[in-house]
Amino acid sequence: MENLEKILSEHPFFRDLDEDSLNLIVGCASNVRFEKDDMIIREGDKADKFYIIREGSVALEIQGPGKGKITIDTLSDGEILGWSWLFPPYHWRFDGHAQDRVRAIGLDGKCLREKCEENHDLGYELLKRFSQIIDQRLQATRLQLLDIYGIPS
Amino acid sequence: MKGSMQPRRFRIDKVYWETDDTFTHELIPIDEGRFFNFHPGQFNMIYIFGVGEIPISICGDPDINTRLYHTTRVVGDVTKRKQHLKVGDLLGIRGPFGNGWPVEKAKGRDVVVIAGGIGLAPLRPIIYHFLNHRDDYESITLIYGTRSPDKILYRKELEEWSSRLDMDVSVTVDAAGRTWKGPVGVVTKLIPRIISNPDNSTAFVCGPEIMMRFTAVELLKRNFAEQNIFLSMERNHKCGIGFCGHCQLGSYFLCKDGPVFSYDKLKSYLSLKEV
Ligand SMILES: Cc1cc2nc3c(=O)[nH]c(=O)nc-3n(C[C@H](O)[C@H](O)[C@H](O)COP(=O)(O)OP(=O)(O)OC[C@H]3O[C@@H](n4cnc5c(N)ncnc54)[C@H](O)[C@@H]3O)c2cc1C
Ligand code: FES
Repeated sequence: MENLEKILSEHPFFRDLDEDSLNLIVGCASNVRFEKDDMIIREGDKADKFYIIREGSVALEIQGPGKGKITIDTLSDGEILGWSWLFPPYHWRFDGHAQDRVRAIGLDGKCLREKCEENHDLGYELLKRFSQIIDQRLQATRLQLLDIYGIPS
Repeated sequence: MKGSMQPRRFRIDKVYWETDDTFTHELIPIDEGRFFNFHPGQFNMIYIFGVGEIPISICGDPDINTRLYHTTRVVGDVTKRKQHLKVGDLLGIRGPFGNGWPVEKAKGRDVVVIAGGIGLAPLRPIIYHFLNHRDDYESITLIYGTRSPDKILYRKELEEWSSRLDMDVSVTVDAAGRTWKGPVGVVTKLIPRIISNPDNSTAFVCGPEIMMRFTAVELLKRNFAEQNIFLSMERNHKCGIGFCGHCQLGSYFLCKDGPVFSYDKLKSYLSLKEV
């Protein structure tokens, strides 16, 4: 636990979070490991966790029309995987598969949701931090849609 | 300026198709003086006899002056005709033109090269230069983004550079199938992962204008100084030597004052509206 607390407190996502809130989060955290090609999350499955990737990379995939699986994003060291645990109906919208061996900290979404309901300060802090990540991903997706390497018309 | 309006003839010695719409010509000078010296980041005006003339960056090794390399993406009339030229055909070349990348200013510093799409072509000479003079520079990072794995240029060089211990190479694509094992996402997403010290880093960026705009914003967020971010601009060119005004951008003639500028000089011309 001590180790988890240290890792989480040093992670930029939890930077400057007060000690009580951090302790509550540590109570919902565990170390996890996935082997290459393991499915970490599967579209449609219940989203009851999110992950802080410590090492390795995860490909986010969707089924393209008639094209098989298409990777639309990859996440690696230090990045956060998953926010569907925050929003009903709490189901994953993508597949996430390990491109190589992945070490991560898994955070139990249900446990965190309950703690956020009881402690709104914690809930607000977490939502603020997740909103930033969602905003960054939205910007990146917009750039992908713009085809920034294409020929200007 | 002597001879800058008069094309020299070059013979196509090899044609390499890099992707379905992009090819490289390896050329040999056949007129007076069998050598062609250039500075990384400079370009030539290439005349396809009877068709027209277009600016294309020089993309070979600046330490090799007996062969000239140009990578061209097929987009319109002249490039469409250029793609049909064969080994042995002749081209007219004026150049080299432009200021090129300020490699001297980056000596003793970390260098970060960021390319988008065809923008890797004007940057390839600077990578050769850094590697040819490896001791003059600290870390070398290359980040290259392109639409999909089949659009990746210079695969052989990228593999070679990736295998070096003294250079860090990342290639990212916008979308890919399962066979692609590298990062997916736009090039700007990889910038926060650059392990370098912005105070002692110089960035060299080339790609479509929109890609350069967002890359510059991301570098500024990482505390790069505006004068340490260099961008290569493309505009329509005609004379290539500052006479005709075709390439004018504000108070600059891109062919003469550019195509490379530091971000502080260009920022007022690059629209920074949010997406
Ligand atoms: C300094 C400089 C260096 C360049 N280096 C290279 C290079 O190394 N490799 C390469 O493939 N191209 C390079 N270009 C771009 C190249 O000059 C143009 O693609 C070419 O002139 C198009 O001619 P065209 O007759 O085939 O197309 P056109 O018929 O003139 O145009 C066809 C389409 O291409 C678009 N287009 C035209 N010029 C450009 C441009 N500069 N950038 C993006 N889209 C354009 C037009 O908007 C139009 O939609 C460079 C341009 C400059 C100014
Ligand atoms: S192309 Fe004529 S002034 Fe630049």
